[in-house]
Amino acid sequence: MQLTESNAARKSLNGNEAVAIALFALLAFIFICVAAVATTSEYSFHAFLLSAASVAAVFGVGNRYFARDIVIPQELVDGRPNYNMEPVRVATLAALFWGVAGFLVGVTIAAQLAFPALNFDTAWLSFGRLRPLHTSAVIFAFGGNVLIATSLYVVQRTSRARLAGDLSPWFVVLGYNVFIVIAGTGYLLGITQSKEYAEPEWYADLLLTIVWIVYFLVFLGTILKRKEPHIFVANWFYLAFIVTIAVLHLGNNASIPVSIASSKSYIVWSGVQDAMVQWWYGHNAVGFFLTAGFLAIMYYFMPKRANMPIYSYRLSIIHFWALIFLYIWAGPHHLHYTALPDWAQTLGMTFSIMLWMPSWGGMINGLMTLSGAWDKLRTDPVLRMMTVAVAFYGMSTFEGPVMSIKAVNSLSHYTDWTIGHVHSGALGWVAYISFGAIYCLVPWLWNRKEMYSLKLVNWHFWISTLGIVLYITAMWVSGILQGLMWRAYTALGFLEYSFIETVEAMRPFYVVRMLGGLLFLVGALLMVVNVWLTIRKPASETESETGQLQLQSV
Amino acid sequence: MSLWKHHQRFERNSILLIFGILIVIAIGGLVEIAPLFYLKSTIEKVDGVRPYTPLELIGRDIYVKEGCYSCHSQMVRALRDEVERYGPYSLAAESIYDHPFQWGSKRTGPDLARVGGKYSDDWHFQHLNDPRSVVPTSIMPSYPWLAKNRVPLDDVESRMKILAFLGVPYTKEMIANAKNDLQQQAQKDSPDADELRSRYPKAVVGEFDGNPGYVSEADALIAYLQMLGTLVDFKTFNNKANLR
Repeated sequence: MQLTESNAARKSLNGNEAVAIALFALLAFIFICVAAVATTSEYSFHAFLLSAASVAAVFGVGNRYFARDIVIPQELVDGRPNYNMEPVRVATLAALFWGVAGFLVGVTIAAQLAFPALNFDTAWLSFGRLRPLHTSAVIFAFGGNVLIATSLYVVQRTSRARLAGDLSPWFVVLGYNVFIVIAGTGYLLGITQSKEYAEPEWYADLLLTIVWIVYFLVFLGTILKRKEPHIFVANWFYLAFIVTIAVLHLGNNASIPVSIASSKSYIVWSGVQDAMVQWWYGHNAVGFFLTAGFLAIMYYFMPKRANMPIYSYRLSIIHFWALIFLYIWAGPHHLHYTALPDWAQTLGMTFSIMLWMPSWGGMINGLMTLSGAWDKLRTDPVLRMMTVAVAFYGMSTFEGPVMSIKAVNSLSHYTDWTIGHVHSGALGWVAYISFGAIYCLVPWLWNRKEMYSLKLVNWHFWISTLGIVLYITAMWVSGILQGLMWRAYTALGFLEYSFIETVEAMRPFYVVRMLGGLLFLVGALLMVVNVWLTIRKPASETESETGQLQLQSV
Repeated sequence: MSLWKHHQRFERNSILLIFGILIVIAIGGLVEIAPLFYLKSTIEKVDGVRPYTPLELIGRDIYVKEGCYSCHSQMVRALRDEVERYGPYSLAAESIYDHPFQWGSKRTGPDLARVGGKYSDDWHFQHLNDPRSVVPTSIMPSYPWLAKNRVPLDDVESRMKILAFLGVPYTKEMIANAKNDLQQQAQKDSPDADELRSRYPKAVVGEFDGNPGYVSEADALIAYLQMLGTLVDFKTFNNKANLR
C-alpha cells in the first residue's frame, strides 16, 4: 500500500460505503427519537444502545475508508483466492467470550436452584430472568458465533472464493452480536415475549431478521462465485440451517408491538395454535440451529482434522434430505397429553421416532470417517473431542426418540430428565464439536502450526467430560425420581407425595449438577487461555496450508 | 445408479438446492399447523371463557416479564395423577385468548393452570414476597419488588386494542373503561365491582397486596393467579358434547 498524496486524492467513498454511512447516521437519529418517546426507561436504554451502535458503525465505516487501499481487496492475489478471514476471527473470539459468559450464567442458575438465597431478592438476578439469558447465551451467542465463524470460513475454502461483499460480512458478525447484547440485556431488564428460545422482543427480532437476510446473501453470494463445480456437503447443511431458521424465526415471532414507544408486543397466535407454532420453532431450533449447522461443522472439520475423506458420500445425501424433512415434524412431542389435538401429537411422536434413523446415519458417517485413522484418537485430543461429540450426538438422538414416545413422555415431561437430555446434546454434541472446530480454526486463522498446548486441550477434554457425566447422570436420576414421585400412590389410593416433597428430593442432584457445570466452565476457561497463548505466540515461519485444500471427498 | 447422478443437479445449482430445502421443510409444518386453524374439533365449545380484565392482563404480562413460565406450567395433562393433584385437565378453549400461550415446559414448581382460588390473597402476597416464609423448603426466588412497583396505567388501553385487533373480544366499552376497571379491581369493597363483573364475569375483586390506593405489580399478578383455571364450570362441562 502506497499512500502518496496523489493516491490519497484519488481515493473516494464507494457506493456501499456512502450508503452505509448515510443509513447508519439516519438510524442513529431515529433511535434517539425512539429513546425520547419511550414509555419505559428500559426500552429507552435499548434505543440509546442501538443509537450508539449505529454511530459506531458510521465511525467504523469511516475509519475503514481512511485505512484502506484505493481499491477494495481483490478476488485473487497471485492467482490464489484472497480469503477474507478478519470477520471470521472476530466471530471466533466472540464465540469464546459468549461461551464462557453463557456457561457462567448456567452455573449461576444451577446454584440458585440448590441455594435459592443466591437470587439475592434482586429483579435482574432472579432465576426467571437469568434462565433465558443462559439459554440464549449458549445457543445463540456461543453457538451462533461458532456457526457464523465456521460457515464463513468453510464456504470460502470449499468454494475457493473470497467472501461476497465487503462491508456486509462485517455487518453480519457485528450486527449479530449487537442483537445478542440487546436480547441479553433485555432479559435482565424484564423485556421478553416468553417464547422459549425466542424471547427477544419485536425490535430485536427485526434486527435479527435484517442481519440474517444479509448473512444468507453473503453465504449464497460466495457459493455463487465458487470455483468448484460442486457445492460441498457442509454447505448444504449450512444453507438448510440459514434458510430454515429464517422461516422459523418469522413464523414464531409474528407479533404486533403495543406502540413504537413500547418494548411490549403481543404474539399474533394464541393458545393451542401458538403452542404448536412455538414447538415447531422450538424443536427445529434444535434441529436446524443446533443440529444441521453443527453437522456442517462435522462434515468439514472432522475429515480435515483426520485427513481422511468423508466415509460415504451417498450416505451424506440421504442423511441430508431425510434429516431436514423429518425434523420439521417433531415439534408436537413437546405437547403430549396436552390440549393439542391427538392427531398432531401422534404425528409428532411418529416422526420423532423415524428421526432416529437419519440422525444415526449422520453419526455413522462422522464416526466412520475415522476408519483407518482410529489411532489418531490416542494422539490428537482435538480429534478425540470431535469424535466424542459425534458419539454424544448419537446418544442424545437415541434418547430423544425414546422420550418422544407418549408413554415415556408422560413420565419425563416437565422433569429434569428433559434438562439432562438437552445438556447431553448441548454440552456433549454442540459444545464439543464447537470446541473441536475452534481448536482447528484458531491455528488456521492466525497462521500458527498448532494450538499453543495440546496438553491443555487434553485437560480441557477430560475435565469437561467429567462435568458432562456428572451433569447428565444427576439430571437423569432427579428427573426420573421426580416423575415417579409425582405419580406415586399410597396403598389407599391417595397421591403419596405433595409437590414440595418432590422439590426437596431434588436438592442433592441440583448440587451435583452445579458441580458438573462448574467443571465444564473450568474446561472452557482452559480453552480461552490456550487460544490466548496461541494467538500471542509469534507466527510460525511456514504458512499454514493457505490456499491448499485437501478435500478428497468432493 | 442414475439416481445419484440426478442429485448432482442440486449439488451444482445453489438456487435449486435452496428451493429443494424450502419445499422439504415446508411439508411437515404445513400439515401440522394449518389444520389447527380450521378444524373445528381443535378447540372445544365451552361456556365461561372470557378475556382477561385489565388488571389480570397486566398481571399476566408481569408473569411473562418475570419468566414464571421457566418453572411453572399451565397445562394439566390428561393423566390420572395430574387431574387428582391439580384439577380437571386443561382445555384448549381455556387458553384461546392467550397471546402468547403459557403452557410451559418445566415444573420446577407446581402447575398453575388451576391455582385460582386455592390460596388466599394474603398467602399469595406473602409467598411472592418471601416464599420460604410460607413454604420453608421452597426454592422459588423472592419477588419483593412486585409490591413496590406501581402498575403503569397509561398503555393498558393500547394493549387491549392490539389484542382486540388480534381477535380477543374486547368491546369498545371494555376498552373505554379499562383504566377505571383496573383500579376498581384492586380495591376492597369497590363501588364499581358489580359493573366490572358484568363485563368480566367471576372477576375477583380485592385489596390483593393489602396496600390501599396503590395498584402494585403484586396486585396485578395476584389478580391474574386468582382467576387461573376458574372460568369454566366443570360441574356442567360435558366433554361428550364436543365430539364432532
